[in-house]
Amino acid sequence: MELFSNNAEFKMDVLREVGNIGAGHAATALSRLLDKPIDMAVPKVSFIPFEDIADRVGGAEEVVVAIFLRVEGEAPGNMFFLMSQYQARVLLQGLLHFELSEGPEYSEMELSALSEIGNILAGSYLSSLADLTGLPLSPTVPAIAVDMAGAILSYGLVQFGTMGDEALLIDTTFLEDDRQAEGHFFFIPDPESFERLFRALGVPI
Amino acid sequence: MKEVIIVKIGMADLNVASGGDSLKTTGLGSCVGLTLHDANQGIAGMAHIMLPSSDIAREGQINIAKYADTAVPELLARLKAGGANLRRLVAKLAGGAQMFAFASGSDSMRIGPRNVESTKLALASYNIPIIAEDTGGNFGRTIEFSSASGILTIRSVQNGVKEI
Repeated sequence: MELFSNNAEFKMDVLREVGNIGAGHAATALSRLLDKPIDMAVPKVSFIPFEDIADRVGGAEEVVVAIFLRVEGEAPGNMFFLMSQYQARVLLQGLLHFELSEGPEYSEMELSALSEIGNILAGSYLSSLADLTGLPLSPTVPAIAVDMAGAILSYGLVQFGTMGDEALLIDTTFLEDDRQAEGHFFFIPDPESFERLFRALGVPI
Repeated sequence: MKEVIIVKIGMADLNVASGGDSLKTTGLGSCVGLTLHDANQGIAGMAHIMLPSSDIAREGQINIAKYADTAVPELLARLKAGGANLRRLVAKLAGGAQMFAFASGSDSMRIGPRNVESTKLALASYNIPIIAEDTGGNFGRTIEFSSASGILTIRSVQNGVKEI
């Protein structure tokens, strides 16, 4: 996709740094919540075919817990915090000492707690991004779903769908220190947001 | 007995199968899975439709499998080339969910229901009857369609397996 006509490499680097700073703040917030160290992989910034996006989290049919929110303001986009069911249970137990309900179903209380965690993390990602760019950005109330990764992520690709069969996403992986649990942050800016992000960051367009 | 081949349909993709083979697409959310079947010839087609109308396309070379209004005629052409009698085709639909519900429903948030509406409109313009559907809701679906039986099998995390 010809989203960036020039300086493509440099622009990808800038976006990687945007992901780094945003997700870094979110990782710090998560680490404080859990009171244990959280590692973060270097963010991946890539144009990837729609087909391959779900593979990043184990395949289109992999059941994940996803918190989705829409980023509103000057650089709108979609943000997902995706985690495995295992990770979700680790969070609930570790953070809130929930007595986990039996079976695959989550209680209202558990969903609400996970949603709030997603809200806190996404909020910290976004506020650091807003500080960095000076652009007003605000999250909508988060929505949560426990479903197939493909069904969930495809929802975030609709804006890109009108432009081609690839999307640009900033993907950051979180790992708990013992590597037992991991989660993913996906930030998928709308196609028209890139120019505003670059302009705000002083990148020649 | 011949082994059944499962033809995989990706996102914004379409294909046909016959001779007892099946068509399958995974992780339908707001996208619509459209199947067409000519029972006499034992030929089936499936499209994984992502967006309602090619009017909104901003891509240079459009992917016709992606939009409801362009995917339907393309799938019909492929079925015809495969020997289907277009007047005998019947359609089944699945997908078109609203994965996340928001109070402030902007248009792009309603994409699932709009995909279903547009697919129905496109089918109506070719007088193709819809004999079964499993659309809407707020959950993902994986579907598989048999060119032999015309049975559409739908799997979801919340509701298990059903056949229509």
